[in-house]
Amino acid sequence: MENVKVTIDNQTVEVPKGTTIYKAAKQIGIDIPVLCYMELEDIGIENKPGGCRVCSVEVEGRHNLAPACATEVFDGMAVKTHTMRVINARRTIVEFLLSDHPKDCLTCKKSGNCELQDLAIKLGIREIPGQEYAEMSTYKTDYSPSIVRELDKCIMCRRCESMCNDFQTVGALNAINRGFDAAVAPAFEMDLQYSPCTYCGQCVAVCPTGALTEVDHSRDLIDAISDPNTTVVAQTAPAVRAALGEEFGMEPGTLVTGKMVSALRELGFDYVFDTDFAADLTIMEEGHELLDRLNRHLQGDSDVKLPMLTSCCPAWVRFIEHHFPDMKDIPSSARSPQQMFGSIAKTYFADQIETPREKMVVVSVMPCLAKKYESQREEFAEDGNPDVDFSVTTRELAHLIKEANLDLKNLSDDDFDRPMGESTGAGVIFGTTGGVIEAATRTAYELQTGQQLNDQIVFEQLRGFEGIRKANVDFNGTPINIGIAHGLGNARKLLEQIKRGESDFHAIEIMACPGGCIGGGGQPLHHNDTKILKARQQAIYQEDQNKPIRKSHENPQIQKLYKDFLGEPLGQKAHELLHTKYFDLSRKIEIS
Amino acid sequence: MHLLVCGGTGCRASASDSIAESLKEQLHHHNMDHEVQVILTGCFGFCEKGPIVKVLPDNTFYTEVKPEDASDIVAEHLVKGRQVERLLYKAPSGEQVTDSRHMDFYKKQIRIALRNCGFIDPENIDEYIARDGYLALGTVLNEMTPQQVIDQVKESGLRGRGGGGFPAGKKWEFAYKNESDQKYVVCNADEGDPGAFMDRSILEGDPHAVLEAMAICGYATGADQGLIYIRAEYPLAIKRLKIAIEQAREYGLLGQQIFDSHFNFDIQLRYGAGAFVCGEETALIHSMEGERGEPTFKPPYPAQSGYLEKPTNVNNVETYANVPVIINKGPGWFSKIGTQKATGTKVFALAGKVNNVGLIEVPMGTTLREVIFEIGGGIKGGKKFKAVQTGGPSGGCLTEEHLDTPIDFDNLLAVGSMMGSGGMIVMDEDDCMVSVAKFFLEFTVEESCGKCAPCRVGNKRMHELLERITQGKAEKKDLQRLKNMCHVIADTSLCGLGQTAPSPVLSTMENFWDEYVAHVEDQRCPAGSCKELMRYEIIPENCVGCTACARKCPVGAITGERKQVHEIDQDKCIKCGACLDACKFDAVTIK
Repeated sequence: MENVKVTIDNQTVEVPKGTTIYKAAKQIGIDIPVLCYMELEDIGIENKPGGCRVCSVEVEGRHNLAPACATEVFDGMAVKTHTMRVINARRTIVEFLLSDHPKDCLTCKKSGNCELQDLAIKLGIREIPGQEYAEMSTYKTDYSPSIVRELDKCIMCRRCESMCNDFQTVGALNAINRGFDAAVAPAFEMDLQYSPCTYCGQCVAVCPTGALTEVDHSRDLIDAISDPNTTVVAQTAPAVRAALGEEFGMEPGTLVTGKMVSALRELGFDYVFDTDFAADLTIMEEGHELLDRLNRHLQGDSDVKLPMLTSCCPAWVRFIEHHFPDMKDIPSSARSPQQMFGSIAKTYFADQIETPREKMVVVSVMPCLAKKYESQREEFAEDGNPDVDFSVTTRELAHLIKEANLDLKNLSDDDFDRPMGESTGAGVIFGTTGGVIEAATRTAYELQTGQQLNDQIVFEQLRGFEGIRKANVDFNGTPINIGIAHGLGNARKLLEQIKRGESDFHAIEIMACPGGCIGGGGQPLHHNDTKILKARQQAIYQEDQNKPIRKSHENPQIQKLYKDFLGEPLGQKAHELLHTKYFDLSRKIEIS
Repeated sequence: MHLLVCGGTGCRASASDSIAESLKEQLHHHNMDHEVQVILTGCFGFCEKGPIVKVLPDNTFYTEVKPEDASDIVAEHLVKGRQVERLLYKAPSGEQVTDSRHMDFYKKQIRIALRNCGFIDPENIDEYIARDGYLALGTVLNEMTPQQVIDQVKESGLRGRGGGGFPAGKKWEFAYKNESDQKYVVCNADEGDPGAFMDRSILEGDPHAVLEAMAICGYATGADQGLIYIRAEYPLAIKRLKIAIEQAREYGLLGQQIFDSHFNFDIQLRYGAGAFVCGEETALIHSMEGERGEPTFKPPYPAQSGYLEKPTNVNNVETYANVPVIINKGPGWFSKIGTQKATGTKVFALAGKVNNVGLIEVPMGTTLREVIFEIGGGIKGGKKFKAVQTGGPSGGCLTEEHLDTPIDFDNLLAVGSMMGSGGMIVMDEDDCMVSVAKFFLEFTVEESCGKCAPCRVGNKRMHELLERITQGKAEKKDLQRLKNMCHVIADTSLCGLGQTAPSPVLSTMENFWDEYVAHVEDQRCPAGSCKELMRYEIIPENCVGCTACARKCPVGAITGERKQVHEIDQDKCIKCGACLDACKFDAVTIK
């Protein structure tokens, strides 16, 4: 690769041809402010529409300012990043942006975590000239089950569009209208809930302002805990413990499992359980379903659907229901761990503590926004009483912990309650891409071959961060082909392969978010630093390693659950409580 | 003999279709159908006096013709050999001009791009061929290599007529040198300047010129597909293009192995929804691809990665229309016309407070004075010239002192305006320059795609401030702020639309600073056109107390007893002017 020399603020740096001014400057420690620009290095997404112009810099010999994020350097280029011309332009542009932005920072969900606010602070903006007569964009706020859109806070950075279209290939969000009225929204400005949105929340994860945020359930949680007549049960997803610490200044990748349990108890939950328990239960059902399909296939049954697709990720489920409804019989019929937990909590556990289900509130703490929607799906309720009452995100929990004045860092470690707090390493790795299928493989292998895995419990070939991964696992002479995709764009590729009849996979794990649940839309904001996701992934694997039991079928509480209550995996009771079906959600949009 | 009837959009709006029909009926009536042909042509350019009927070979030029005039034209002129005097053009001096070649409007014009407009039936390929049509394509395919074609275009000095003025030959060469299995030639027919209709007239009057040039460009750059991006609100141009493409295919001038060569070329139409920003080439390409019509950062240039990410050459209609002539007459002939840095001619849509509104084509280097006062016939109603706006919403307003500037790309830029695609709006003493700037900015605000912040929000804020100035609500410090906004928006916007949007504001501030100050400091509009700054007052000496004004006032702002002096309540007055019209004693005045 050819190198070029470029001078930035009188420092010379040599960079490969094609490097942008922004990246070249970064190499020598000059941090040019950006707003719309976003690069998610490990998942190959770069959003550089050159729209906000905040990164404008002066290039010698050029008649106008250049956007540093999109302008490539050339040999001998001389750049100045802080002349008065640049400073004036930058400040004027941010004043423009603020002049069309609500000033409700006191109550905005993004306050303190907002890139536009940071920029206003950094540039020392104290007044917005002409504000008293400036017309503001007005849009109605759109509430969906998971995501709130406040379009008047949209600054047209187009990051959400990149995630929704380029990464997820969902196409729910696109630029609409022109000029001053331009914003990013579903086609025809329809409400998000009527769009093909999967509620993956990746738009929320990258939105620099408060234009896209999660539906907030913290008030419901306070009400539930405050009510002396309800039993409030918490379940926490595996990925939460690997990220919650970040909200309290801890290094990315710090595990805070025990401290999180303490915090939940301090907040007043009656029972603090672990979704990992339900993940183990999922493996029992999904693993048996896989073996059932596999064995029927091996015996020559041509009706059996292979590959089997995992079904833990509600955004992924909604994706197939919207975009590939003709393939809705391929995913495993096993409910997600969140929903398995809910149905067991409100039956088996409710019986144990002799509490009627309507007096029990099951709250899930999830790294996810789609889980909010999933908990509201009609099929996951009995007589209108949902199995999981509502779901809060890692971020919402962090806010509550801060609100309660708890110092997470210095809380002692506590353990989950029993029975639904008992879990294995297999349940933990659900939190990262490849984890579900690795957990399933551990169980399926032993059940199918009758042999113990012992030392080979880690399937390295299933781990990693590439968008699509393939592995071949030898089930004692029977080669099993496993596929893994994270990101719905990657999932789409595998689905289209299946559709064309070109897929030789037996099982495929699909997660909607980058890195799996660790990169979920409800996690602490990574602010475009995908290294954080990798650190969380390592934390998950570490938790697995620390667990005394690492195979789901060896979880004693799971074994007891089947013995005392469910009977056999895939049995009738299991079917009623732990399985589900999928719907055709595709619809034609008719333009009248 | 021929009767040429203007079939351009303007004249058609005044029923030139019926004129042609009536002429045919009359000819039939006089048994002359076989001797005289009636041809519906493209635009003559002299729209001010349309509909136009021209008699050939004697060049008699009839203006403001109505269908009922057909009988006189046939019975008098054709049968009896007497010109119909009442339909002849009268020069401002009062003199009747019979031969169009002697009209001031045409005298200084050289028509290259418009060579066939007003001469041929645009719906008949034979008429185009009769005027050397497709000769250039034949020459190119049989006698020249692509590089030779490019060299000729380069040598001619032809620069893009769409606004930027980029050398066309250089552009072609970039596309030629970028190797690819597929390349495209695109014609930008997304003409969008308010009041501009140069490209429209060419397409309506001479569609084959563009098709031929695109094929030549396809041969030169190595493309076998051409696309014309045309706004859907040009239905006549679309219709004529469709007919022309069909005829060219029938004649083998489009399609496979043209002129028995190995060159294949075909052209398709793509319709735009009329967004001004889609005239920007990257936005145009996105729109053609079915994407949102908004510009993207260059590089990559379309010549590298354009339509469907393939090398694409984009030129506008007028640029292409020049190409066949350059090939036929040679680049040397072309480059002798105009100035050294800007060769050839430029078509302008002359509009505003000028006597001869219309479409003109003049050699580069013609001065603004020649255009406005000779071709344009001076200012309407004998008023005083105040300013001329060139380059549409991207250009600036020039004044008296710029009138002797020879028009070309660089000269106009140097004085704070630009050539643009050829809009030229003349203003007189009654025009308020702040309002003019506001008008153009309103257009830009409306047409911004909204992608980049300075254009999306900045222009809106500038427009708001201009609005306040015209309402007398602005302060002196706001003028400084306005200037700063202009500079930042020009300095940081993503595409040409935003970069040039402040030009009308900057140039009027530069040339008419006092007018801005008057609005702000004295709450006064020197041109007397800003409604909010007007005051209707009653002159007590003249008022007889007839109550006519008070009865006419729709908001009850006028009070006064019979035979007493009346008074206008300025807080209630909506400045409708009803009192002024009602007063028979000149007692109402505007201040």
